[in-house]
Amino acid sequence: MAAEDQKDETPESQSESDVPAAIAASEPVEMERKGLLGRKIGMTQIFDDDGTVVPVTVIEAGPCTVLLSRSAGRDGYDAIQVGYRDKPRRLASRSVRGQVVKLESKRAKKRSHAGIEMVAKADCEPQRFVREFRGETKAQVGQKITVAVFEGCDAVDVIGVSKGRGTAGVMKRHGFSGQRATHGVKKVHRHQGGTGMCQSPGRLFKGKKMAGRFGNERSTMRNLRLVDIDNDQNLLVVRGAVPGPNGGYVVVRQTNKVKRSGGVGTPTSKKKGAK
Amino acid sequence: MPLTGKQTTTQKNNSQQLNTFPGDPKMSQQILDHVESNSLKTEIDKFEIGDTVDVHNRILEGNKERTQVFNGVVIARSGAGSREMFTVRRIVSGEGVERKFPVHSPKIAKIVVKRSGVTRRAKLYYLRDRIGKAVRLRERRTDVASK
Repeated sequence: MAAEDQKDETPESQSESDVPAAIAASEPVEMERKGLLGRKIGMTQIFDDDGTVVPVTVIEAGPCTVLLSRSAGRDGYDAIQVGYRDKPRRLASRSVRGQVVKLESKRAKKRSHAGIEMVAKADCEPQRFVREFRGETKAQVGQKITVAVFEGCDAVDVIGVSKGRGTAGVMKRHGFSGQRATHGVKKVHRHQGGTGMCQSPGRLFKGKKMAGRFGNERSTMRNLRLVDIDNDQNLLVVRGAVPGPNGGYVVVRQTNKVKRSGGVGTPTSKKKGAK
Repeated sequence: MPLTGKQTTTQKNNSQQLNTFPGDPKMSQQILDHVESNSLKTEIDKFEIGDTVDVHNRILEGNKERTQVFNGVVIARSGAGSREMFTVRRIVSGEGVERKFPVHSPKIAKIVVKRSGVTRRAKLYYLRDRIGKAVRLRERRTDVASK
């Protein structure tokens, strides 16, 4: 186990936490599939190099702290657990606080008496939004990941929780066409048509699209072009819309779609990330 | 590049600032303004509602760039930041034609004010209902002199 190595790292990360600026300036963390946590700021539009208007969503992403490193040997898979945005300690439960610092407990005492090393902790404030990113990394617990990881990345996937619409009809929820305005349609202009057959099969098929709860569910927008990276302000500017309300938490990760080569949606603007 | 306004880079790096609750509208707007700032023109040709203007529009045809001029009355200006637009209306062979331009578009080479009109409102949509001589606006002479 690399527990001893990690333990040696801990005081280093403590000293680093005093100067956040120094961490932000450190070199990008190597990740198998780049990923970062953030929140949606809002949408606006900017002009491309050739004067075309580009609709963009601004995402404030990172700096994220690596809270835990998972390995195939111990956990069955490789991953890092990262946290975004500090949470006041008074609002954090003991289990959440225990995620980031070593807390004293009977169990911890017992285990230390038995000579079992505790897992390394990031020694930071409790985090509001915690997620895992799969894949091997060289990231150490306590290290900060910034938007700089996306340097040289063309497109990203953005995962968020879509806005809840409550109980919605079939037209809004499933994009049905509804019924006609005239020709004898009585008060069912926004209804679906038939929902099934006659005596055979004599029942509704499972999964029939009907009215009901809509939105407020995990949603992924794939292959959004990364228009700009702002290292100073921790901002990612992506083309197009992103699920969720402004201020909603999102996961941004490098897309696994095949790289674009020509055709519609080809990146036209120069990357301004390295300014 | 530091954010404009009250927000500065040093404040941003402060952990106290980061603790603002998610979706803090004030902060979000400052961030959006910052992103838009690269798209804004430093100097916009001054024009007002009711002015008759020539909008010089850059058009790329193949590899050649030429300028097209759209002449008409500015009847509306809407939006803010990089989303600010203005509407120009003119009559082409008896048919009303309106074009909406982004104020900060790099494709607009210049806007030349030909004539200023007296207006009492910010949106001149009432001109759409007028035909012939009624479309004309009274000239605002003092402003023309100052320009």
